Amino acid sequence: MRVSAERDRCVGSGQCALLSPEVFDQDDEGLVVVLVEEPADGHREEVLQAVDLCPSRTLRVHG
Amino acid sequence: MTQSADAAPETGTPLPQFPMRRTCPFSEPGEYAEMRADRPVSRAALKVNGKPTWLVTRHEHVRQVLGDSRASSNLKLPGYPHQFHIPEEMLAQIRLMLLNMDPPQHTAQRRMLIPEFTARRVKEMRPRIQQIVDEHVDAMLAAGGPVDLVTALALPVPSLVICELLGVPYEDHAQFEEWSAAMMNHDLSPAEYGAAVQALDMYLDKLVTLKESEPGDDLISRFLEKNRAERIADHADVVTMARLMLVGGHETTANMIALGVLALLRHPEQLAELRAEPALLPNAVEELLRVFSISDSGTARVAVEDIEVGDVTIRAGEGILALNNAADHDESVFPDPGTLDIHRKEARSHLAFGYGIHQCIGANLARVELEVVYGTLLRRVPGLRLAAEPDELRFKDDAMVYGVYELPVTW
Ligand code: HEM
Ligand code: SF4
Repeated sequence: MRVSAERDRCVGSGQCALLSPEVFDQDDEGLVVVLVEEPADGHREEVLQAVDLCPSRTLRVHG
Repeated sequence: MTQSADAAPETGTPLPQFPMRRTCPFSEPGEYAEMRADRPVSRAALKVNGKPTWLVTRHEHVRQVLGDSRASSNLKLPGYPHQFHIPEEMLAQIRLMLLNMDPPQHTAQRRMLIPEFTARRVKEMRPRIQQIVDEHVDAMLAAGGPVDLVTALALPVPSLVICELLGVPYEDHAQFEEWSAAMMNHDLSPAEYGAAVQALDMYLDKLVTLKESEPGDDLISRFLEKNRAERIADHADVVTMARLMLVGGHETTANMIALGVLALLRHPEQLAELRAEPALLPNAVEELLRVFSISDSGTARVAVEDIEVGDVTIRAGEGILALNNAADHDESVFPDPGTLDIHRKEARSHLAFGYGIHQCIGANLARVELEVVYGTLLRRVPGLRLAAEPDELRFKDDAMVYGVYELPVTW
């Protein structure tokens, strides 16, 4: 699984960083940073949940 | 079928009135389930002025509307579904708060504020929040029961948290709390209420002026500093922003503290589980936010172009209430939605903080406040119980933000 973020869309709600802090962080501006672009299978479920919960549809998974 | 809010209702019966009452203090209004099933996007008349609005009730549709850039938050646009009376001339003068801005103005101001509320920043605030909660629980325990949990804990905790974030000097805290408590006190006369609002506004005005010349280590000062480079706000905008932080973060969190404690007291088996296993707290907080969804109609919009929602076309200029309490009881997302279940695995999908670009900026802060308050009460006041008959409690049925006026408890 690959994760990407379309940072221009991010509204900095921090839902992703709260839910999956090993995969997502927020930079000094409060915008999302993908820490691990190919998260291990153990993170799969929480990453998919973060993608679904993101209020601005900033996050995508491929594969 | 395509219909529009100003068309004559085909049945000839008058439109249902909004707001609708919760059938019991712990459930959604009775009409919502039926609406979700039969007419998920339908018309109602606003009680305050009889004007029509669309009500959107399914989880999927509420997310769709709140994620749609054609649904504006601007309360000055004709058709916006106002839920309290604002005279025309006043409306024209109102400064838009972040909550009511559309992009690009919204994007610029929100971007200045989000660094204050990142998951990491909020985590750093936790020890101080714990200290504030502990001091208030100490005072409660020293005074002895019964006490009103709303005045002893639910109101002062979020008030102090916001005060410190905004940089209100310590010596002004008492005064500040008095005004903000007065603004939440529904027994005051309109004149007394108006006086409290005015005093608070004058105070915030002076506070911003002070920070302009003597910046501190706080949200207002950092906002002013960034604004010197970006120039997106003037003095009055900064005062408006400070007021939104205060009002937006105070009564909401206070109501969730009191309602959450009450709900847990009614479910002693879940309360015992939480006490034994504090790791369950974060999910319990989400579930409590879901079942109450206290800001049900806070997610109001007006269509600026035609928008298709389900099989309805909402026309440009028509008001929309994307009801988050209705969405959060959608049985296709939350099976058995009326039941409180702290283990519910889809609890986080609730829309109590909204969705889209306006999703509550203080959500992660509110989550921490709620976790700390519930967790501390469970740990330190194990004998906590209600000190009133349940049917004596008065709930904020007609208010924009749902809650309970007093919560007498003892231990
Ligand atoms: C349990 C507590 C809370 C609830 C239920 C709540 C609910 C909401 C909801 C539903 C919205 C979205 C409104 C819309 O879409 O039009 C919102 C926005 C907002 N909330 Fe909260 N809120 C809470 C706590 C807080 C706190 C603690 C703060 C501040 C520290 C805060 C500040 C704001 C602000 C500034 C906005 C506007 C954001 C924007 O327009 O971009 N809220 N809140
Ligand atoms: S959940 Fe979405 S909007 Fe919020 S910080 Fe993450 S990417 Fe940004």
